[in-house]
Amino acid sequence: MLRVVLFFPLLCLALLSAPFSAHAAMEIQVIGGAASKFAVAMVPFQAAPGQPEPALARIVGDDLERSGQFRLVDTSGMQQPVSPAQVNYGVWRGKGADAVVIGQVTALPGGRFEVRFYLLDAIKQTQLAAFRYTITAAQWRATAHQIADIVYEKLTGIPGAFSSRIAYVQKQGQRFELRVADADGQNPRTVVRSSEPVISPRFSPDGARVAYVSFEDKKPVVYVQSLRDGGRSKVAAFKGSNSAPAWAPDGRRLAVVLTRDQASQIYLINADGSGLARLTRGGNLDTEPVFSPDGQFIYFTSDRGGSAQIYRVAASGGEPRRVTFSGSYNVSPAISPDGRNLAYISREDGRFSVVLHELASGQTRVLTDSARDESPSFAPNGQAVLYATVQGGRGVLGTVSLDGKTRTRLSESGVDAREPAWGP
Amino acid sequence: MNKIFLPVLLALTLSACGTTPDTQATVEDRTGATTTTAAPARGVESTGVDGAGVAGSALPGDQYAGDPRKDPASPLSKRSVFFDFDSYVVKSEYRPMLEAHASYLQSKPDARVILQGNADERGSREYNLALGQKRAEAVRRALAVLGVSDSKMEAISFGEEKPRNEASTEAAYAENRRTDVVYADE
Repeated sequence: MLRVVLFFPLLCLALLSAPFSAHAAMEIQVIGGAASKFAVAMVPFQAAPGQPEPALARIVGDDLERSGQFRLVDTSGMQQPVSPAQVNYGVWRGKGADAVVIGQVTALPGGRFEVRFYLLDAIKQTQLAAFRYTITAAQWRATAHQIADIVYEKLTGIPGAFSSRIAYVQKQGQRFELRVADADGQNPRTVVRSSEPVISPRFSPDGARVAYVSFEDKKPVVYVQSLRDGGRSKVAAFKGSNSAPAWAPDGRRLAVVLTRDQASQIYLINADGSGLARLTRGGNLDTEPVFSPDGQFIYFTSDRGGSAQIYRVAASGGEPRRVTFSGSYNVSPAISPDGRNLAYISREDGRFSVVLHELASGQTRVLTDSARDESPSFAPNGQAVLYATVQGGRGVLGTVSLDGKTRTRLSESGVDAREPAWGP
Repeated sequence: MNKIFLPVLLALTLSACGTTPDTQATVEDRTGATTTTAAPARGVESTGVDGAGVAGSALPGDQYAGDPRKDPASPLSKRSVFFDFDSYVVKSEYRPMLEAHASYLQSKPDARVILQGNADERGSREYNLALGQKRAEAVRRALAVLGVSDSKMEAISFGEEKPRNEASTEAAYAENRRTDVVYADE
């Protein structure tokens, strides 16, 4: 009956066949700064002829700096050792470095490169990590993010999240694109193009699929799409509106919001669209479900108490329990990978900000000072929150560290970015 | 000029260019205000000033012939129900309009409506989608009370995604807090 696809053609592009965007990629801008914990000397790696730009050490340094947990030691005018034996630790200690990263890129036949790097403890004068990669030019940035992950984990004890990806919706005029990019906003690839709105993208736990809401059928319908081949299917297209997909940790089920029984209510459904079961009841508005990492609970937004607040209900059903109490508008819950923290959007004096809420203590902290923040999601390592805000009249994406002290902007000029989600 | 009324204007223009006997035969007058023959002059209101009467007369093309839902003089041509801030109450001023749609829907076995709820841009997109749904449901319930069966209606929401007015002003927000009545065959 709804033949709108004919009138509003939607191109569904396979990830692999999608051409790399010619647009300038997003920029990193560190707005605030925490008292940096680790001082790292990112020594420029010895370069090979024909290697891609920018240099590996630069990409790694940007990653580390963006986390807010590192300070980069000035390496200009310094010697560039390529093996640990050549490192003069005294010089680096004199510059305040806690750790030194050195490396070397060598050109191989067939346009390939060999990358070697060493992470050295400048105080103990020991080697913390050493790796060798054989890569193509296309794997250049991915290799830099892997090196950054190793440096981050060795020095902080927490896994890095630099090799993860983000999804967001870009609006240009009346064109909507669902895009998947690296965690630093670079290397964006369009996976859905539509003349109708797309909202609420969510990565499956293994990162191989993305669920989202598309309006291409003249109403909100939940789709699940493979990021490998671009194939997709409608998971929820019931009478009324279908929205707010959230993956269960096992990747087999989703929570969705349907209005088939009139009010917006939360349902569970298998990823293939079978096995529908209603979770919440009553004539109130329930939406924005998100699973706890153990899959036992679902946090969601509801107006059942007279204002928009966050509640928790067992994934097996039962009576919801209220989680937020202050203010009159707390929405868009996201839960940290360790299950300890909730991030959400809170309205205070007409300003919408990202709030971090420690579940055990109930203590809250406002992380942002912008006025129109939306859609928070945690990094896979739980150390930062990705969100959307409005700057200069257009939508931009940003990250903020859990202490609120380090904020970055992932921005691309001339486009409106919104609805971000951080994935594996 | 808003999006809903553009097609209405277009239909008006087309019908003014010449109606065939066929289309006249399909016209059904449910409101008493629409008829293809002997239509009174409409679209012109005359008001006396100091006893000096101004007589209005129909302009060429003003004779409405066509789909009664698109007759600007009919309450059926009214398609939007606006809501107050944070409210889902259908105000009484919309009763004549909704009664006209209810009686049209009951008279046409195949007629079906989609009630499209909308919200202003402030706050979460998913929450606003649910708020728009509440506004669509409010209109659906009002039509159900007037006798329209559930199978003829679908309440959906566009949330803040399809604003009629894209400005970030109170006036634009008021314009965007609404439910549109859209027929499935339109």
